Amino acid sequence: MSVNIHPRVDFDVIASLVKPGSKVLDVGCGDGELLELLQTTKGIDGRGVELSQKGVNESVARGLSVIQGDADSDLKYYPDGGFDYVILSQTLQATRNPKNVLTELLRIGEKAIVSFPNFGHWRVRASLAINGRMPVTKDLPYSWYDTPNIHFCTISDFVDMTREVGAQVETAVALNAFGSRLGFNMPWGFWNLFGQQAVFLLKR
Amino acid sequence: MTKASRSTSKIDQKSQEATNPHSPVVDFGADKPLHLDSGVSLSPFRIAYQSYGELNADKSNAILICHALTGDQHVANVHPVTGKAGWWETLVGPGKPVDTERYFVLCSNVLGGCLGSTGPASINPETGKAYALDLPVITIADMVRAQAMLVEHFGIEQLFAVIGGSMGGMQVLEWASSHSDKVFAAVAIATGARHSSQNIAFHEVGRQAVMADPEWKEGLYLEAGTAPRKGLSVARMAAHITYLSETALHRKFGRNLQDRQNVTFGFDADFQIESYLRYQGMSFVERFDPNSYLYMTRAMDYFDLAAEHEGRLADAFAGSKTRFCIVSFTSDWLFPTSESRTVAHALNAAGASVSFVEIESDRGHDAFLLDEPEMFSAITGFIRSAARAKGLIPS
Repeated sequence: MSVNIHPRVDFDVIASLVKPGSKVLDVGCGDGELLELLQTTKGIDGRGVELSQKGVNESVARGLSVIQGDADSDLKYYPDGGFDYVILSQTLQATRNPKNVLTELLRIGEKAIVSFPNFGHWRVRASLAINGRMPVTKDLPYSWYDTPNIHFCTISDFVDMTREVGAQVETAVALNAFGSRLGFNMPWGFWNLFGQQAVFLLKR
Repeated sequence: MTKASRSTSKIDQKSQEATNPHSPVVDFGADKPLHLDSGVSLSPFRIAYQSYGELNADKSNAILICHALTGDQHVANVHPVTGKAGWWETLVGPGKPVDTERYFVLCSNVLGGCLGSTGPASINPETGKAYALDLPVITIADMVRAQAMLVEHFGIEQLFAVIGGSMGGMQVLEWASSHSDKVFAAVAIATGARHSSQNIAFHEVGRQAVMADPEWKEGLYLEAGTAPRKGLSVARMAAHITYLSETALHRKFGRNLQDRQNVTFGFDADFQIESYLRYQGMSFVERFDPNSYLYMTRAMDYFDLAAEHEGRLADAFAGSKTRFCIVSFTSDWLFPTSESRTVAHALNAAGASVSFVEIESDRGHDAFLLDEPEMFSAITGFIRSAARAKGLIPS
């Protein structure tokens, strides 16, 4: 169910947040690219859940432990604290109940890493403000009627939700359109305007 | 040679295989009784098996294949009775996903079977006659206990992998549950952790067909010199339908007529599907013992892994270090994907390492025995990664 956005610049940021040798669950792992990266570079014990059967089959053929499942309905089968990290990369916006999913991530993992496209980015705002149309960009290539992304949020919206579920933001990184990190000491409002995507490391 | 006398000779050959098989055997004597779930001990008993490839010096490259209801140990060699190729040569052999050039592959005829392991057609040493229904009822766990004794006989401390489909998949799950430390990797295909009510229902139809045949003689047909061929054949016909999908049946046979232009307004096999099923039934009779069919179906019916753990399937796999690969097929209505998903969820809940793929196929339950490239690539990837983790191939 991870929505393909290429190149996946968030992967390097996510990898930098994961401690070597940890136990990781990747929810919406696609074809297993991130899990394989983490296995190779960080020696993690990785598991994955993926909605699309094609992604699952490709992951398993790569030798990864991946099962077919839905972030909205299948996380309940995982035990409390079973993982050091639960990763949700570019998948949050495609879930039916993002708040519930985030709560589940923090129940299953000591920490959660969430990356998502920022709907507050100036290009998105400009598309709506100037053209009066739902934005279709290189990174968000779907039309409003066929998009799997049913719950877009902005960085500020996401920060609000972390407070609502009682999560602490341990690290946050915003990436601009070129995949470079935005300055650390900028206020949320600046990130919200210029960050094209964000990666959050949360803890309970 | 007439058709009748040829099939009689095959029947003879079949009883030969039960008592004196074309396979190596291991006899477990009075010092090694098998304690069955029914509370009875079976002793002596015999296990017949086939093996392929070489066991390595530290005995770490063994893969056990578990066969299905009407399968046997002849996974990858010509069958001694039918003369047909091994039943899983698509998966097992040199250069195949289960590569016999790299792994030592072992498959035994299950306890209660009829190809050389102790079963209802074997001679009961106490009477000098075939056991028939005097053989205690065998369960999936009993089959696995007997296999574990065979594995121990080879001096293998841990199997690199246990692989099986359908009833073979039940054995895989049982192995992983009750002998978890002896299984490094487990591949359970087109199976479930229990037999559903519908599955039991179909089996009961099959058993009743066998037992309704007057030639069955209350199970004593070997003594009486008869054979409930009609009954077993009908059982096989009914079961065979459950192994296929409607789409596959319709594609293969449609409403095509068998060697005729019009229906005959009678009860001959007008349709190709009728003729096909009759052939499936009759050829099955030539290689399978009717009482063994009763025992095998019963073993599957009794299987309920969660029930052995107070209804919590996850507890069957608690603390398991085994790596699991679960495979299902979209058109399998005998063991639908939901059954496999239940197993995958339980394994997740137990914190076990699990891969679960559903393969798109319209060929029904039998897809696991057929050429399914996506299944092969999943199993190949899974085995390769497990072999790296166990140090059998360089990482």
